[in-house]
Amino acid sequence: MVELIAKSALAGQGPITLAGLTLAEVDLGQVTSIAPYAGQEKALAAALKPLGLAFPKPNELRAKGAVRLAWTGRGQAFLIGAAPGDWAEIAALTDQSDGWAALSLTGAGAEDVLARLVPVDLRGMGAAARSSLGHMGVILMRHKDGFELMVFRSMARTAWHEIEAAMKMQAARQAL
Amino acid sequence: MRVEGKGLVDRSAPVRFLFDGLAYQGFKGDTLASALLANGVKLVGRSFKYHRPRGVLTAGSEEPNALVEIIEERQQTPNVRATVQEIYEGMEAKSQNRWPSLKFDVMAVNDLAAPFLSAGFYYKTFMWPRAFWERIYEPIIRRAAGLGSLSRRHDEADYEKAFAFCDLLVIGAGPAGLAAALQAGRAGADVILADENPVMGGRLLSDMALMDGKPALEWARDVLDELGGMPNVRLMTRTTVTGAYDGGTYGALERVGLHVAAMPDLPRECFWRIVAGQTVLAAGAQERMIAFSDNDRPGIMVASAIRTYLNHYGVAPGKRVTIFANNDDARQTARDLMAAGVEVAAIIDARADASVLEDCPVYAGAVVVGTKGRLGLQAITMLHRGAEIEIETDCLGVSGGWNPLVHLTCHMNGRPVWDAALAAFLPQAGAVPGLHVAGAAAGLFSTARCLASGAAVAVEALGVLGRKAAPIGLPAAEEADYDLLPLWEVKGKRRAWLDFANDVTTKDVRLAAQENFASVEHMKRYTTQGMAPDQGKNSNMGALAVLADATGRGIAQTGVTTFRPPFSPVSIAAMGAGGRAEGFAPQRYLTSHSASVERAAPMIEAGLWYRPSYFPRPGEVTWREACDREVRMVRHTVGVCDVSTLGKIDIQGRDAARFLDLVYTNMFSTLPVGRVRYGLMLRADGHVLDDGTTARLGEHHFVMTTTTAAAGAVMRHLDFVQQAYCADWDVRTISVTENWAQFAVAGPKAKVLLESLFDAPDLPFMGCTAVQIGRTGARLFRISFSGEQGYEVAVPARYGEALFRDLLARAETLGGGAYGLEALNVLRIEKGFITHAEIHGRVTAFDIGMGKMISAKKDCIGKGAAARPGLVGPARDQLVGLRPVNDAQISAGAHLFNPGEEVMRANDQGYVTSVGYSPTMSGYLGLAFLRNGRARHGEMVRLVDHLRGIDLLCEVCDPVFHDKEGVKLRG
Amino acid sequence: MRITCPLCGPRDRREFYYYGSEDYLTLPEGEDFDAIDAHLHLRDNPAGEVRDLWYHEMGCASWLRVTRNTVTHAISGVALVADVDASISAKMKPRGVRNEG
Repeated sequence: MVELIAKSALAGQGPITLAGLTLAEVDLGQVTSIAPYAGQEKALAAALKPLGLAFPKPNELRAKGAVRLAWTGRGQAFLIGAAPGDWAEIAALTDQSDGWAALSLTGAGAEDVLARLVPVDLRGMGAAARSSLGHMGVILMRHKDGFELMVFRSMARTAWHEIEAAMKMQAARQAL
Repeated sequence: MRVEGKGLVDRSAPVRFLFDGLAYQGFKGDTLASALLANGVKLVGRSFKYHRPRGVLTAGSEEPNALVEIIEERQQTPNVRATVQEIYEGMEAKSQNRWPSLKFDVMAVNDLAAPFLSAGFYYKTFMWPRAFWERIYEPIIRRAAGLGSLSRRHDEADYEKAFAFCDLLVIGAGPAGLAAALQAGRAGADVILADENPVMGGRLLSDMALMDGKPALEWARDVLDELGGMPNVRLMTRTTVTGAYDGGTYGALERVGLHVAAMPDLPRECFWRIVAGQTVLAAGAQERMIAFSDNDRPGIMVASAIRTYLNHYGVAPGKRVTIFANNDDARQTARDLMAAGVEVAAIIDARADASVLEDCPVYAGAVVVGTKGRLGLQAITMLHRGAEIEIETDCLGVSGGWNPLVHLTCHMNGRPVWDAALAAFLPQAGAVPGLHVAGAAAGLFSTARCLASGAAVAVEALGVLGRKAAPIGLPAAEEADYDLLPLWEVKGKRRAWLDFANDVTTKDVRLAAQENFASVEHMKRYTTQGMAPDQGKNSNMGALAVLADATGRGIAQTGVTTFRPPFSPVSIAAMGAGGRAEGFAPQRYLTSHSASVERAAPMIEAGLWYRPSYFPRPGEVTWREACDREVRMVRHTVGVCDVSTLGKIDIQGRDAARFLDLVYTNMFSTLPVGRVRYGLMLRADGHVLDDGTTARLGEHHFVMTTTTAAAGAVMRHLDFVQQAYCADWDVRTISVTENWAQFAVAGPKAKVLLESLFDAPDLPFMGCTAVQIGRTGARLFRISFSGEQGYEVAVPARYGEALFRDLLARAETLGGGAYGLEALNVLRIEKGFITHAEIHGRVTAFDIGMGKMISAKKDCIGKGAAARPGLVGPARDQLVGLRPVNDAQISAGAHLFNPGEEVMRANDQGYVTSVGYSPTMSGYLGLAFLRNGRARHGEMVRLVDHLRGIDLLCEVCDPVFHDKEGVKLRG
Repeated sequence: MRITCPLCGPRDRREFYYYGSEDYLTLPEGEDFDAIDAHLHLRDNPAGEVRDLWYHEMGCASWLRVTRNTVTHAISGVALVADVDASISAKMKPRGVRNEG
């Protein structure tokens, strides 16, 4: 019997640190899109209760322990780090665990690097937002001392390259 | 030369640089212009058209004359303003527009020919013979035109772009801007203070003004220290705000690394998009010239620039300076010079009633009527009380008054308003929403008024933002009235320059008026006045005053030309930062990428994806050999191909089936669970949007596939249909393209291969099911894009590479292997399957022979539109197959004609969309759209491709060449 | 240009995809070809207020109806297409698409 070996989007790419900022690939664990059907608010709230979570409003992220529920679009949130329950009657559930590459950008000045790539007012940003990173779509999540970014898995190398380039330029500015 | 004890440059930090190959020394803090003037270099360039010797005219970003090239190891930047460029150790600069040298320039012969080169010369002269234009006139003109030269290499330096957000953007850090920023900073607002100079302070750096009895600079430094310590304030030096756009957006160019030698990763420039809640424009004002005979000699500059060179840089631009002015302000320059020990030859004041208090010769009611000195000013001639008096002088400071820098207020269609008392245009109130104007930019010329208006305007802007601000306490400062006698032009015998950069004289403007180019916009285009790098900052006012005089209209009626962004030049590289090389577009990599590269497959771009073109094997020399083998492999054994690039959309909900009925032409609500159906999707206008297969995974669960090319467009379309037409339906969509790696396994041995890997169920054609590969849950679809018995197996993307390698190994054991995009294309052409080469946006379901797929039992998007007359019927180009006689090569893009008819557009019968060499059929096959094609199977058509020199006959046939009955498919 | 997405907040125009006039929210009935042609191709081009459709493609995937002024560039309203007044949306629905419920 064959066993397929799993490989992350940026397998083999170690973290880099420049000017006090660290860029690294992170493993988010299981990711499931939850898109509730009409009129299922109460049922969904009850279903999420055991996880200690509520369905997030736009730009919100709910967290309990290692489990997060991040708003990711109109009528949609990603459950990160836990398996969904048997909620098929309540919401459309779609596995997204393999569709994204997740990066963390941490350290003082992470905002300055993102300001090169993401056209969002990070001052007013909630805990989660959807926007663009260069020409790519991105899910942005605030993280302790920085951000986590999710981009389409196939674009992971481009995202890494663009963030690294922005970090290098920031470091060169600081050295000036 | 340097003046001891003056200026803000760092005398302890000498900086060596080169200008035209000669070594000079300046100090840290010098611009190239100040350093050259300190070294007594007055001649810095040649003018654009007449190659006149020119010197530094200003001390700011408006400089029209001192444009130089900066030479670096890998860069050569033309048209750099010497008044902006800071010197750094080892910097190399070169003058422009001269040959062989700055002092002796052959093209200066143009100056002698000047009587023939007046405005409109080119328009009038090179009219005929017409045939001469392209071959003779234009090349000659082009060789003579253009300022500076390029390295002719790719610009591989780093540039940056960035976004910034703030409550209040303050543009300009002179007294008004500093007061505004301090007011807002103390009120707790997020403030960005942007200034184009390396040091903030504006005119306070150039004037020896006092505030509360102390040098104004001390106040400026205190304010900057306080602002620098506020976390809510961002100070952006070397940053020019270049444009005002809607939504509170401003463009700004930051010179990040241009003032130091190139360093790795240090961007040269950064283009900022700043979004501000409110904005204070405190850009100040700019001194203007007066037009008089030979007013362009090196050594003649605006009076305030002399003050800046003296007070800011500690440089006297001349040994014996003369001032010519029509207002009080220029007197200060004379007083500062004298206080610093520089001789002032004379003050020439055009106002008859001007005071004569200074300790130097002062001539009231006098004007300058001529100058002398070929490569540098030697003397001027003054007209005073009817007598012409010559004065020896090597530097003349001119002031015709001040122009408020209203540019940004005009970027959204605003028109400045003429103020006769100030003889200047002032900003139109409210011209840019959220933009408030303060200080000299608003026509307030004393330091005290600038401070007060900066603070007041900031309070007003903060009020709009809902913030209260306490008074900040302003220092006492100079509050002189601005007294001025409008004087634009001193008429004389010789040429009087208006636009130094483009060599436009008062005579040119008068000629334009005389030839009825009397509107200011026409005059501009006829004379090129205002079209140089300074965009008329130094000449617009003077030119329109001369035009007003020539046409007998007032200045207000004459009006100004339209101010457009950018305020000062912005390099394209900065605006396009990040878009070069890899930054041009994202690169999408398949999970099988490295496995394909290891097999030496050339990866080609398909949209954003990189896909293997073919997999060469030892002994194969051409791509065709590999492609032919791969096609035969699929037809006879088994092939494996990564098809993950196809769009995959997960569709769930009680109304999912109904939703698919709405977006697809054919019926999906009748599709049983565990089955797959081919679907066709139309746009609202009835043309084909996309096609693909959709599998029913559960009663309320489907997964749709789209073509690679249209994946994004289909997602957008589904979202639109759902949100616009059936928002209350229970249907939810999300892309799963990236979540699954999917591989086609096709060929007679496909089933054998899969059975060796997992317990493969006996799946009927167009069936689908969940399977288990080891511990990995997978999906198996029995679908085929090759015409062979085919499967597609999908696993979560993390297992993609492992599965691809495993499938390849098994396929190779069975005598098969991987196939690439080329073979995939041939296989589908042999079967007459379409791609976006066929459904290119202008074809209908009828055209591709799928008219019957538009279900009569239900409505769908585009159904009514597709039935319109003209979109169906024999006049349409319809999909057919083509087989060339003699199996010769044919080409996509070729056009079709009836044999015997002339090859011309009117006789066009259609065009070829896809071709390929079929090893199965031993010849070239083509898919084409042919007028009434379905009725013409068996006919011959003439295929013509002028580009590739192909002209031959083809037989029209059914587009399905191979296994028409689909026996193999179902096998 | 900035559009305030009702869900995401104020965003740069580069996150949005432009479709066209709000006329696309309606679908002409059946096979009235003149009505279909008019619907597809005939547009007013006013100097003033227009309503057009934008897709927050790089954001929340909402379709938006944006009211803006072609003279001043001012945007005076942004609504979710899915929320557009039900009485209008009933008319908009294509034949055979109305909810049975």
